[in-house]
Amino acid sequence: MSLDFKFAPDDFGGFFRDETFRETFTYTNSNPRRFPFPFDRDDYMYSVNMEPHTPGRKGTAFEHTFDVDEHYVAEMIDRAKVLAEDPLRCQSLPHMTLAGWDTLELIMETKARDYPQWFSLTKDGNRWHWVNRPLGIEQSFTFLDESTLPYPPFEYIMRQTQGDWTLQDDRDGTLWMDAGIATSQADWSVDFDVGMNFMEWHAPVPLAHEKGVFDRALKFLLKLQHGSPVRRFNWTMTVNPLLDTAPETYPKWGPMKASITPENLGQKQHLRVELQSLYRLPRSNAIAFDIRCYLCSFEQIVTVPKWARRLHRVVRDLPPELATYKGFIRNRPAMVEWLSKYDDGAPTSPGWWPDD
Amino acid sequence: MKVELTPIDAPSIKSRPVYAALEPRPGKLHVIVADDAGADAVTEMLGKANDRSEILAGAHVMYCPGPTGTDGTAKLEALGAAQFFRAPTIPALLPRLVRVLADTHMGTQFYLAGTESLIGQAEREIMATGFPFASIQKEQRGSTLRRVQCVHCKGITENVATDPFKCSHCGLNLFVRDHYSRRMAAFQGVNIDAEDPGLVPESVVRFK
Repeated sequence: MSLDFKFAPDDFGGFFRDETFRETFTYTNSNPRRFPFPFDRDDYMYSVNMEPHTPGRKGTAFEHTFDVDEHYVAEMIDRAKVLAEDPLRCQSLPHMTLAGWDTLELIMETKARDYPQWFSLTKDGNRWHWVNRPLGIEQSFTFLDESTLPYPPFEYIMRQTQGDWTLQDDRDGTLWMDAGIATSQADWSVDFDVGMNFMEWHAPVPLAHEKGVFDRALKFLLKLQHGSPVRRFNWTMTVNPLLDTAPETYPKWGPMKASITPENLGQKQHLRVELQSLYRLPRSNAIAFDIRCYLCSFEQIVTVPKWARRLHRVVRDLPPELATYKGFIRNRPAMVEWLSKYDDGAPTSPGWWPDD
Repeated sequence: MKVELTPIDAPSIKSRPVYAALEPRPGKLHVIVADDAGADAVTEMLGKANDRSEILAGAHVMYCPGPTGTDGTAKLEALGAAQFFRAPTIPALLPRLVRVLADTHMGTQFYLAGTESLIGQAEREIMATGFPFASIQKEQRGSTLRRVQCVHCKGITENVATDPFKCSHCGLNLFVRDHYSRRMAAFQGVNIDAEDPGLVPESVVRFK
């Protein structure tokens, strides 16, 4: 399996964008209103903020369990490039193979159900046949037999799935991040964190430990049931539509943060949203954690007046520790200045949806 | 079992490893790995034992001096353990530990004492064999110099005293993040002047 196929923008009615997340940065959203804006009020503080991951409004990122959007093909090409440069971005400790199969099954079954025009899965006992039309992949294999796939099951399906994922082994009353892939992460290292438990990998996050957020989140997650996934938001800021903001390559992308000017801010500064969803897996009893990254430029966000007002207030009032941890303290004054032009002080309605 | 954890210094974040004093525990084999002032932790542990001679009869002690020259070899050798080995450095000690682990059965007690670097690397070898976490006791003593992995070039710099410091491999200026990986047995070092090359705060001695 490789992704060196010719990308034809006309395929699939031109649905999938031919775009880049590096060098030329041609990424953009055809419809910004589809963006999962993460703030349901005018201020922000850490909370557990979990809710059932059930299908939501049509035409939004919440319509299906796994949102396959116009960026799918371009993101998979970007992922293949990152993995070629640094294979340590995808790791699975030896006891996690079964959890990898569980994840592969979850994704294949769900996508074949929700997007029959793009994906299909047929089964004859353990003989499975998978078709991924957007990526030009057709694969016959034996479920639970690693020798029948070109990659281990976790990596195989991850090369066809948007979002960074981690697989948590559930033992000794905590969760252990014993497998993971990260090519669109907000500055954390799979290579460093794999094998850590829940408290260890969250260690660098400020304020939240003291608020008991992680104790409550862990208690909640240990009770997660198969078939009842949950979701929450996280967010940060990224200069340029850069999917891969790994600590490994920070010396390469860090300097871009210093390139912001009042003139280019609207176009270069992106709100980076993680739509995180969690699934209990049936055979391994592990928990799959999907960290799906969405990027939207400030210029596009302010086309929705409610979001423009709210983003201004959230960025302006965020505690400095959080702005530092999220890595945008240096550009905050410029961001607040730029956004203030789009905030007339009018009240905003509760919830994150745009006002129609 | 609830153990009282004693931080080596006030940990600035939740995941800093914390260590309790070694306690004698019943077992057929006692694998004791120490460096630096960890020798004192071992003798104090034995001082608390009712069956001191029984433990020593089933003990394999491996020791190396600390990064600042502290050498407790004589103290440990004098204990009269069934087996005693003195290595010049941690890398010279680990192959012996790996060989011992190959013949070790469940029910063995592990005692690790000394620098975080020694504790982390020995623990990593033990856990790789599948021994339960609970059979490994750890007590930090002596030097707090850190073993740090550069997240960029992946090179490990041993005995880091200052923050920030220069990666001994790629030369980038790194700050020592309070983020510890047991799998790497190392703290994480992250480039401090990526956004403004050359703007490096003055180094301060944080680890001794």
